Amino acid sequence: MSLTPQLVLFEEDHTKILAVSKRLVSDANAKAVFLVDKNGQMVAEAGELVGIDTTSLASLVAGNIAATGGLAKIIGENEFPVHFHQGERDNVHITLVAQRIILVVVFDDRSSLGLVRLRVKKAGQKLAELFEDLFKKAEAELSDEGPGSPFAEITDDDIDNLFSD
Amino acid sequence: MAFINYSAREINCKLVYYGPGLCGKTTNLKVIYEKTAEGAKGKMISLATETERTLFFDFLPLALGEIRGFKTRFHLYTVPGQVFYDASRKLILKGVDGVVFVADSQEERFEANLESLENLQQNLREQGLELSKIPWVLQYNKRDLPNAVSVEEMRKALNPTGEIPEFEAAAMSGKGVFETLKALAKLVLLELRKGSK
Repeated sequence: MSLTPQLVLFEEDHTKILAVSKRLVSDANAKAVFLVDKNGQMVAEAGELVGIDTTSLASLVAGNIAATGGLAKIIGENEFPVHFHQGERDNVHITLVAQRIILVVVFDDRSSLGLVRLRVKKAGQKLAELFEDLFKKAEAELSDEGPGSPFAEITDDDIDNLFSD
Repeated sequence: MAFINYSAREINCKLVYYGPGLCGKTTNLKVIYEKTAEGAKGKMISLATETERTLFFDFLPLALGEIRGFKTRFHLYTVPGQVFYDASRKLILKGVDGVVFVADSQEERFEANLESLENLQQNLREQGLELSKIPWVLQYNKRDLPNAVSVEEMRKALNPTGEIPEFEAAAMSGKGVFETLKALAKLVLLELRKGSK
């Protein structure tokens, strides 16, 4: 297994990704859309987010994808790229984008699985392009000069200050 | 690997508590959760069996403060310690930035510590990582128990070169828990600095 490079998200990329996510919320009549890194980090969120603990959501979604990915390998599949969880009121549709990003759509009976699937397909392609770009950029950034990470300059004091209670 | 979000001006790191079954990984997280101020912590999630054995993982998000205008967040995970949950342990190690190895000081768990450390090295290797190359610290837990073996013996077995930062703890009473966490968080941030130079 290859090591996944560090994920770096810049403002301009985030704006583009967020625009696609918002569009997907309205096109699919969804309640909310989340983009989560496979390691459990929330990358973008759009829609009705009131009352949703998005940090927990990200970690559980990633755990879910990791577990089912492991399951897939056991039975000889590479991955299960599409997941659907049906609830009494709300449903969750999950797909993988660009191998590394999990696209989560939460929807209720204002929408339907068919519509969500259709819209996710289109948005997924767009998002895949954006993320492929972003990964390339992040790699170049880390290998070359670029503006550099804000952490290149941190001092021991900066770190100690974090822990001063 | 850490996630640097310029848009939200955040940096997220993943720390994993590893160790044999019942060594106190979940207890470490519980103590951190209980003693951290409301605004600095998120919800703690435990995916456990009915008998409170960790089934998949525990998760606790912490926001420690800012460094150079970036919010510094740590996502703490535990692995299930029981031997037969190895598949789950591998999954949780994905994208790890630093490891706390919680060793059980009780004499009868001496072998289990060694096995678990060996298992950690093996599972990291499968990801193309070497334990010696990533930030990690050792916690000798349950020091308060009468059947605890001496720190020297623990060190000889688990930290023979003495290079790994080690902490004595009694997690149930909270002793040593924050020292361990702080030490690892610091190592992870220093590694980030190294990686970005």
